[in-house]
Amino acid sequence: MSLTPLVYSQWMGCSWDFGSINVALEGLLEGGQTKTPKPMKTGTTIAGLVCKEGVVLGADTRATSGEVVADKMCAKIHYISPNIYCCGAGTAADTEKTTDLLSSNLTIFSMNSGRNPRVVMAVNILQDMLFRYRGQIGASLILGGVDCSGNHLYTVGPYGSIDNVPYLAMGSGDLAALGILEDRFKPNMEMEEAKELVRDAIHSGIMSDLGSGNNIDICVITKQGVDYIRPYQESEYKDKRQKRYKYGPGTTSILTEKIVPLELEVVQETVQQMDTA
Amino acid sequence: MERHLMDSQIKGVSTGTTILAVTFNGGVIIGSDSRASIGGYYVSSKTINKLIQVHDRIFCCIAGSLADAQAVTKAAKFQISFHSIQMESPPLVKAAASVLKELCYNNKEELQAGFITAGWDRKKGPQVYTVALGGMLLSQPFTIGGSGSTYIYGYADAKYKPDMSKEECLQFATNALALAMGRDNVSGGVAHLVVITEEGVEHIVIPGDKLPKFHDE
Repeated sequence: MSLTPLVYSQWMGCSWDFGSINVALEGLLEGGQTKTPKPMKTGTTIAGLVCKEGVVLGADTRATSGEVVADKMCAKIHYISPNIYCCGAGTAADTEKTTDLLSSNLTIFSMNSGRNPRVVMAVNILQDMLFRYRGQIGASLILGGVDCSGNHLYTVGPYGSIDNVPYLAMGSGDLAALGILEDRFKPNMEMEEAKELVRDAIHSGIMSDLGSGNNIDICVITKQGVDYIRPYQESEYKDKRQKRYKYGPGTTSILTEKIVPLELEVVQETVQQMDTA
Repeated sequence: MERHLMDSQIKGVSTGTTILAVTFNGGVIIGSDSRASIGGYYVSSKTINKLIQVHDRIFCCIAGSLADAQAVTKAAKFQISFHSIQMESPPLVKAAASVLKELCYNNKEELQAGFITAGWDRKKGPQVYTVALGGMLLSQPFTIGGSGSTYIYGYADAKYKPDMSKEECLQFATNALALAMGRDNVSGGVAHLVVITEEGVEHIVIPGDKLPKFHDE
């Protein structure tokens, strides 16, 4: 039974191709005057903090594609394991896939070893993966979780740098959110106060940053379990749909009908006996 | 929404930094500031740990790209542990420095990280090694590194004495860090100092406001 992590960094002395392929492609495309399609970014505000009973993570729910809001109810707090959740900022596809991959790896690890994964393990796997791709994976992540060694909050940058911190904000709205957190954070806060502080930090990001908006999601992780409140607070600027845009059968009338039978002929028949002894 | 990296050659988080290591009579003191920045204008962390323990009596401090430095020290930690298990004895400081040097030299095109390795071993006692950006390995009685080191070359050269006592050495290291953090904008935060001797390892943290002041009006 192998317990070696499935995403093991073997970069020592081996190929650095993961980053160079993209860079070469970009060069070719620019020369040929073709524009690479703009990836959907989560211009985002995400925040997290460690409180007395656990970890509180928060995020807005707006995903932008250029200047258009592509998704008004995007889920930026991703499930990693029953005791670990991850907020993602940067390119939406990258954060989605990276956290998915991490979650699968950790589930297999849990099954093999019979233990719940620790937050440091998730962080190490992420660091190895992102470092190998030399910043081409545009994922800035906040990992928070509770395990046997305590409550933890980590930041993982797109180039593979990590830091263990008591409170954190990332994304395009991070400076606004960080202002609120810096002012009111205290170690060992009570749960309700912590939730309000994260809400206020995300709210500040939503108000001051064009790339963040809509609703606020909060995820509370404690030893007892996880409370994923989606949405914790709805946007004050919701508009009402003018009509129902669903069309029942019969809306479009059928003018003519033509049936053409397909003539099939059996060319070859093979029979294979299944041994069900 | 997009923030542009101005002037900085390093992509992502960098430890524009002040790091130093000094030998004294019976041990070595290794020290650093705690600031990590992005693009030279945003402090992404005020409390980053730049003193990484790679073995029981061997520490290394990092400068340059944080991602590269963390990845290299991770690989180095593994290799040094493995080496120590194979040899059935604690590794020599020179061996640890060599491991870092091999990693930096063989991957010099892709990496942007420099290190100072310091520690104590039974064979040669307290030692300090520098591993520069391209993979050069140098042994010195004391060394300073990082962007903040340019401001304290004069101070270090003038004030260093061989065979200092532990207290004198602590004062020297603290003053050097304080002077550099006072003049370099990408160094700051708290001063981390680790004293490594045969007996063990002692970690001292001095908050920014408790550092010695030099004409700070």
